[in-house]
Parts: sequence; structure tokens; C-alpha cells
Amino acid sequence: MRLLALETSTEYCSVALWQDGALTSRCELVGQKHSELLMPMLDSVLREAGVKLGELDGIAFGSGPGSFTGVRIACGVTQGLALGAGLPVVGICTLLALAEAAGQDKVIAALDARMGEIYHAAYAKRDDAWLTVVEPNLCKAEDAPMVTGEGWHGSGSGFAAHENALAVRYAGQLASSDGTAIPQAAAIARLAAPLLVAGAGMDAALAAPFYLRDKVALTTAERLARGATA
Amino acid sequence: MKKLIPQLVLGIESSCDETGIALYHQQDGLLAHALYTQAAMHSEYGGVVPELASRDHVRRALPLIRQTLDQADRQLADLDAIAYTRGPGLAGALLVGTSVACALGYALDIPVLGIHHLEGHLLSPLLADPAPALPFVALLVSGGHTQLMRVDGVGQYTLLGETLDDAAGEAFDKSAKLLGLGYPGGPELAKLAEHGDAARFKLPRPMLHSGDLDFSFSGLKTAVLTLTKQHEMTDSTRADIAAAAQAAIVDVLVGKAQAALKQTGLKQLVIAGGVGANRLLRSQLDAAAVRKGVRVFYPALEFCTDNGAMIAFAGAMRLRQQAPQDGYAFAIKPRWDLQQIG
Ligand SMILES: Nc1ncnc2c1ncn2[C@@H]1O[C@H](COP(=O)(O)OP(=O)(O)OP(=O)(O)O)[C@@H](O)[C@H]1O
Repeated sequence: MRLLALETSTEYCSVALWQDGALTSRCELVGQKHSELLMPMLDSVLREAGVKLGELDGIAFGSGPGSFTGVRIACGVTQGLALGAGLPVVGICTLLALAEAAGQDKVIAALDARMGEIYHAAYAKRDDAWLTVVEPNLCKAEDAPMVTGEGWHGSGSGFAAHENALAVRYAGQLASSDGTAIPQAAAIARLAAPLLVAGAGMDAALAAPFYLRDKVALTTAERLARGATA
Repeated sequence: MKKLIPQLVLGIESSCDETGIALYHQQDGLLAHALYTQAAMHSEYGGVVPELASRDHVRRALPLIRQTLDQADRQLADLDAIAYTRGPGLAGALLVGTSVACALGYALDIPVLGIHHLEGHLLSPLLADPAPALPFVALLVSGGHTQLMRVDGVGQYTLLGETLDDAAGEAFDKSAKLLGLGYPGGPELAKLAEHGDAARFKLPRPMLHSGDLDFSFSGLKTAVLTLTKQHEMTDSTRADIAAAAQAAIVDVLVGKAQAALKQTGLKQLVIAGGVGANRLLRSQLDAAAVRKGVRVFYPALEFCTDNGAMIAFAGAMRLRQQAPQDGYAFAIKPRWDLQQIG
């Protein structure tokens, strides 16, 4: 089983190739240059492994939440690759990718969502599989959904941007945290592999970003209701 | 084996609020095209919301590519090249078409090429039959642009004049908004104007006699605003203001287009862009053309606004004379001066 995974939802760009459990990956801090670097990066990962796109069994991508534009770059590239090579696709939640990479069994994942909010979720590992304890949600750090018990690990930029608020919110429950952790293609690949094996891959056209923040503008009617002029 | 000149070109347009896909063949011409317009979605917001536009392009691009291939009875494997809109336009929206195009080109191992959106508009009249012969004067009138260009060949464009502020389409849209019409306002204003008396109110013809080929439309909306404040907005008054605004915009466009023909000595005028759909503009241009012995060409109505056909076509034309882009890395150009492309 071979799959290629792409992740561009943060200021990092990463690509991973999974071959029956063996991973080769690359990750670079690129700022906003994903568009210029993603294609050459995936090409070199494939080339170095001597693998052709057509020899893959699927493409996975970090579907978000994260930078809207970044997530769409990975999604668009996934769509194009999968359409052209006739491959199934799998979108993996970036919050789950944080949990997967943390090396812990109880993870609260939080990404800085700007505008004073975080993308948040909590996961626990049972029998080598992740259970979703708190569904991905958009919230203020001080209002983040509660979890039960101790020994949680905090992962992701949310723990850097809102360190104090989250420390207060989960007082006595957080054993450790890493605000520098980022969702990466390697974790996406590990999470996607069993899904592809199970036949959960989807048609290329169904590759879709997972935004979480869905209210991005006000309709004219809503603006008028708030007392503005048309 | 790759043919020297790519024959079958897939075009992808996603620079604003329409997803356009088309297939153009060097010998057989336009084989198929499909368009999805988001206008209904954005109209609830009173204008294009860039983030929502991008989100919609991601949903539409692949189904439209498949639909276009089906229509033309072609397979992905038949494609020889992909042309996509690289700019100018909304960054997020451009990135969708661009990322799909470049990744698809990589997967199919065929060349890709980024196209200037306005070049697509400029060349789209050549898709029509009869098509103008080169060289010609093009009047590009869209929601974001108002330019007069001399077109000597693919990539040979000389700017003759352009708007110093609002675009003609913007003048239509802003006037429409002041009259309480929906978005996009141009077609709505034109419809309302049909019932109006253009002679009741006299609006300025900005820069009509400025001696150069530049435009200015921002004063017009101020004049329209003043009228809406001075008069009770009955249905007939609104129609009269609409007719006056349309007459003013059209007069200036027609006057400047004629001046451009005179200055260049060319006998063919090509109209491109969404405002080119305007009936009054067409009839006045045609009337003026008869008087001056020139010919006016309009792209088919469906190719006046943004579409994939013009991108596939411009890509096919360029690939006849130049190499495709080097590799598959992509960089969009949300702001991109047509003069720079050559
Ligand atoms: N019948 C009409 N009369 C007047 N204006 C019209 C008519 N039909 C369309 N328009 C105007 O044309 C514009 C849309 O044209 P088009 O789609 O070419 O431009 P755009 O995509 O908004 O801008 P650009 O291509 O410059 O980025 C809008 O301003 C619209 O109101």
C-alpha cells in the first residue's frame, strides 16, 4: 500500500510518502509560498523513492481546520493529482494529525484560529485507534469545551497563542503541552493508510476542505438587521 | 510522443465568481465549455465575497472538468495541455483553478500555462465567426476594467487609454445600487432603463472631450446620488435616472472607441467584457460604425463575461508560439498589468 500525503494548512509545507508502513517525508517552513513549493516538494519525494504517481493507491491531505487558502492549496492539488492519476482521496483533520504526532494517548489539540479563537478538539487512544472525545469546534480559549480526568497533553499553536487561558481552563488536567507542534504530512499519512486499506477513499471531486469557521461574511439582510446602511 | 504544438487544450478560469472550463482544439476549435456562476450566492451579500467565491470554486472545478470532457466525448488522456487563469483576480479564487490545473498537468505529464485573464477577454472575439483580422482596436469593458487596446497579435497589446477611477461595469453596478437594484446591477439597470426617458435628466459625460483616450466614471455615481436625493423615487423617476445613467456611460464609451479608431486608423473594433452585453452600447456602436465605415465585433454573449473558453483559446494561441511554463510550481498574480506580458 502506497500513499502520498500533503499538508499546507499552516506556514509549513509538508509531503510524506507511505509505503507499507515505511515513511519518507519532508517538511519546510515556507510562510505563504506553498503554491511555489508544494509541487516541486512532492515531485522530489516521489522521485527519490523511485515511485510514480500512478503506482500509488491514494492521496491524502490535511483538510483543515487551518489557513483557508493553505487548506485549499492542498485540496486543489489533491483533486488535480487524484483526477489525473485516477486515485481515491482521503481528507484528514489537522487536529487529529496533531494528536497522532504527539506521542501521547490523551491529547487536546488546539490551533490558533486568529480573531481570538482556537480550533479545538480532544482525542484519546484506545486499542491503537483514536476516539474523538470532543468534536472539532471553534471557540474562545477561555470557553474551550471541558474534558474529564487528568494526564492530558496539549498540542498545537493554540497552546502558544492562548497559553494562559488554556492553562487556566484545564488546570490540573494538563500534564504537558507543546505550542510549537504543527500538523504534518507524516501524521496525515499514518492516519490515512488504514482508511484507504478499508476502502474509505473517496472520488477526487469529493476532496473538500474542513473549514470549521463557516460564517465569513454578513448578508445584506443581516447587515441591515444590525442597523447598517445597505 | 508529444506533438510539437499541443492540440487539445483544457482551459480553467476561476479568477472571480465564475468557474469556467473549456476544451479547445487547434484544428477543430471550441469543442465544449461549461460555466458555473456564483452570482446568486453573492447577490445575498450585495457583492462578491472573496472567501465564499474560493470555497465554491473548490466544489465546482472537477465536476465541470468532467462535464466538459463528456460533452466533447474526450478522455483526460486526450489532453495535450492545460491553460489556467493566473491573474489578475481574487487571490484565493485564482489559487483554486491554478492548483487543480498544475496538479492535473503534473499527473497527466502534459504542459501547463498561466494566462492573463484580460488577454482571454481580448482574444475571445477571435472565437466568433466571423472573427476580426489582426490588427484591431479592442474596447475592454468589464466589472473591473475599462481599457482601449490596440491588438497587433497574441501578446502584442498597446494600451491606448483606460479609466482613471471606476470601471464602466462598476459605474453600472454602483448606479444600480443607488437605485435599489440587485447585484450585479448592470443588467438590472439596463432593464429598468428600457422603461425610462433618458432625456429627462442630463448627466455629465466625463472626459468625453478630454482629447485623450482615458475615462473617468466616478463622478457619475455622485451625479446619480444627487438625483436620487433631489427627487421622489417613484418607479418612473427611477427608470428615468437609470436611462440617463446608461446613456451617459454608453455615450462616453462610444465616443472614446471612435476616437481610438480615428487615432490608430484601424477599421475594426472589438468589444470584450461583461458590459459588452449592453444593448444600447451595441446599437450605438453599430450605428456609429455604419457612419464611419468600420466593423464592430462582439463575442457571443456567453463569452462576454468570464468563461473558460477564452482561457483555453488564449492558451492554445500562446502555445502555438511559445513554450509552456517550466514545471508545475505555481505562483498566481492577483495584480498583473497586461502591458507586462508581451
Ligand atoms: N447588459 C449589461 N449592461 C450593462 N452592464 C452589464 C450588462 N451585463 C453585464 N454588465 C456588467 O458587466 C460587469 C461584469 O463583467 P465581467 O464579468 O466581464 O467583469 P468582471 O469579471 O466583474 O471584471 P473583470 O473581468 O474586469 O475582473 C458587471 O459590472 C455587470 O454589471
